[in-house]
Amino acid sequence: MLENLREWLDMRVFEFIRSRTSVIKEINRKYAKPRINMTRGVKIALLFLRLYLIFLVLVLGYAFVLKATGRA
Amino acid sequence: MNLFARFFYKYRRFAKALRLYLIIAGPGIIVMVADNDAGGITTYSVTGAQFGYGLIWFLVLLGPVAYFVQEMTVRLGAVTKRGHAEAIFDAFGSFWGWFSLLDLTVLNWLTLVTEFIGMTAALSIFGVPAYLTVTIVAIVMAIIVLQGRYWTWEKIAILFCGLNLVYIPAAFLVRPSVSDIISKGAIPNFPLGFNGELVFILMAIIGTTIAPWMIFFQQSAVVDKGMREKDISLGKFDTLLGAIFTVLVAVFVIIVTATVFYPMPPDHLIGSAAEAAKSLMGYDKYVGTLLAIGLFDAGFLGAICISLASSWAFGEVFGWAHSLNNKIREAPWFYISYFMIVVTAGLVVLIPNAPLVLITLFVQVIAVTLLPAALVFLILLLNNEELMGKYKNNTLQNVISYSIVIAIIALSTTYAISVLFPGLLK
Repeated sequence: MLENLREWLDMRVFEFIRSRTSVIKEINRKYAKPRINMTRGVKIALLFLRLYLIFLVLVLGYAFVLKATGRA
Repeated sequence: MNLFARFFYKYRRFAKALRLYLIIAGPGIIVMVADNDAGGITTYSVTGAQFGYGLIWFLVLLGPVAYFVQEMTVRLGAVTKRGHAEAIFDAFGSFWGWFSLLDLTVLNWLTLVTEFIGMTAALSIFGVPAYLTVTIVAIVMAIIVLQGRYWTWEKIAILFCGLNLVYIPAAFLVRPSVSDIISKGAIPNFPLGFNGELVFILMAIIGTTIAPWMIFFQQSAVVDKGMREKDISLGKFDTLLGAIFTVLVAVFVIIVTATVFYPMPPDHLIGSAAEAAKSLMGYDKYVGTLLAIGLFDAGFLGAICISLASSWAFGEVFGWAHSLNNKIREAPWFYISYFMIVVTAGLVVLIPNAPLVLITLFVQVIAVTLLPAALVFLILLLNNEELMGKYKNNTLQNVISYSIVIAIIALSTTYAISVLFPGLLK
């Protein structure tokens, strides 16, 4: 019984996960060399912008909870 | 050449240009009108009810802004023949590509939830239960995409765009004062002072007028339609027409709710488009009905476009067949992802006691907060000479585009400050 379950998990679930991760690896390989070369400064600025926007979205989440619970 | 011959020549030229335009027309008009989605109509209704005609000027200003952003996607799509998601992966690599795809997936799904909120609220006015609305809408959406041709889908979408015009007769029925609209709405001002509430509603208005899904949708639609470089000028005209149309409809929604509800007594606040439509039933049942039909139409049009924007993006990145011209057998993952997005978003609306109106307004604000990330990549792509050739951005276009990015970041920051330090903006 346990052996069957393990076999089923291996065939269906783990195989599905393996195939999905291999798809993502394939995409990462395909786009490994970007067509536009950005300078280090631009990359840092973009990363900073990204993190800042995530911070703003977290603040929005906080505001949403305040309003939804009637505390604002 | 005599007068008649000259007139005939001009008429032939005009007829030829019109025929050409009708072939190219679609992506620009649809994306702009779908932009007035359920969340948009809710935002405009609340704006009119809470601030009167006072913020009409802001909406009018956003028309050119929306045009400038969207016309870049026409050029990018027609020149590269790639959808936006694929263009980002290709140009900037998978690290930034995954970020963009994740933003798009989450935002589109949230926005789709707001479309279902709008549609169920609109039909609840006529006594249709939410579960029935969700089921029927999901089935109709499936039929529309499964008919197997982009052209047919586009024409159906344009039909729903036309229904968006119901707000214009509704505005005439409530008999607004034109002099009031001009004196209070045309001059830039901040009604009720510059505070956190106002910043929130300004952000929600921007979020309904320009959204990340629109960038992805229009570029993919341009590619799916097969537009080429020579079609760019007509594609831009299509976008301009759409921008005028979307601002016009939005202004008329504000006029309806501002005329009837402003100033609102504190014990009777209008918090959504559905509430406005319900209240208007008592004022004038035709106006209430038009508002409810318009809200449903806006939600439906938004839903069919937003779900497609996500499926197109997945197809581009994962390498699936991803055209509406494909049958379900030829592009199974494209259609499966489409249905998964639609069904899961529809189910959220059925959660009992969920704060649906609050969700709707916050989704618009989150969309605008994340917009700069999408805009920066769009601008960088449009500045690459190797990619765009003679269609790359000129200095004026760059100044306008970066000003939009800076303005949005400044507004988002102001709102964050008003949340974290409520005493500062009173």
